[in-house]
Amino acid sequence: MNEIQKITSLHLDILKEIGNIGAAHAATALSSLLARKIDMQVPKVEMVSFEEMMELAGGAETVVVGIFLRIEGDSEGSMFFILPIEQADRFIQSLINDDQFSFSDGKLTELGVSAMQELGNILSGSYLSALSDFTGMKLYPTVPGLSVDMFGAIISTGLIEISEVSDQVIVINTSIFEEGFDNRNEVHGHFFLLPDPDSFTSIFKALGVS
Amino acid sequence: MIQSRTGQVIKVGIAQLDIVKMPDTIRTSGLGSCVGVVLYDETKNIAGLVHIMLPDSSLARTETINEAKFANTGIKALIDKLKLAGSQPSRLKAKIAGGAQMFKFTSDKDSMRIGPRNVEAVKNELRKNNIPIIAEDTGGNSGRTIEFNPDTCLLNIRTVNQGVSEI
Repeated sequence: MNEIQKITSLHLDILKEIGNIGAAHAATALSSLLARKIDMQVPKVEMVSFEEMMELAGGAETVVVGIFLRIEGDSEGSMFFILPIEQADRFIQSLINDDQFSFSDGKLTELGVSAMQELGNILSGSYLSALSDFTGMKLYPTVPGLSVDMFGAIISTGLIEISEVSDQVIVINTSIFEEGFDNRNEVHGHFFLLPDPDSFTSIFKALGVS
Repeated sequence: MIQSRTGQVIKVGIAQLDIVKMPDTIRTSGLGSCVGVVLYDETKNIAGLVHIMLPDSSLARTETINEAKFANTGIKALIDKLKLAGSQPSRLKAKIAGGAQMFKFTSDKDSMRIGPRNVEAVKNELRKNNIPIIAEDTGGNSGRTIEFNPDTCLLNIRTVNQGVSEI
């Protein structure tokens, strides 16, 4: 019997709240950085197969901009900030005042890449410090890594720890939207938090739920 | 993409395996640190593909395991499946791709350098079973989508940054 199977609906609500608090802080940080209105969806906490995980951001082959970091400390896990290419282009163009910048062709510039890395730093930092404040846990994020590649190749990096224990993964998924674009239903970015299997106990314990 | 006029593309997901016969082709998408192992029998135009996540089933912390997830059990299971479909294990050859390191940063965690470990485990297991590796495209830091055609015995590899190649 592994821990993942023992999770109840109360636990899922707690994980949802964690996603809510973390992503709200990150969305606020993003919003003030860009001086644009950023909305977020109510987080989804799902237990999905690895195959289903691939579908959460458009399929294994979809090319995305991905920021990844490991969380170490009282609770361990993987965190991803995933943006569709066009959205990452828009954010970075606005941040560095260069409307030619793009992740999709040879127009990558050093400035643009480090702006994206810094954006990843700021957003994951605000997500995790909110989480740390809320739970009282000490969380130490690694320096985020950046990759522009297929979603499957990026997200599977975060599935390795989990795959030793299970064929399913609990994912705390929060989608963000940029206001002012025609298609309001289009997701403009995802935060995925994937706690390691052994970390659920420490998260629940920190919040007084066993 | 390589695709015969009448053939279908059989898709293999992460930690899964399957086999195909000509004129079908077999494909797996978004390999990062995972390794795609193709075993094929040229005389029968039959091939199998396993999408491996971890080097060894001893890493599993569960009672029941998904064989296709691990290099050691996945390759064995694929050989058995090809045998059942009429191919001789002694005629099998291998082509492999994947095992990249998608993110470069320092961490003590072994799981961060899982790509090279997966490649090594796959090679060990193939050697144990006397299956020669005819071609490989492993390592690096790019994701790969691969498709094998048992008719031509060619493996098509697509990456985001380095385009398409055939081995």
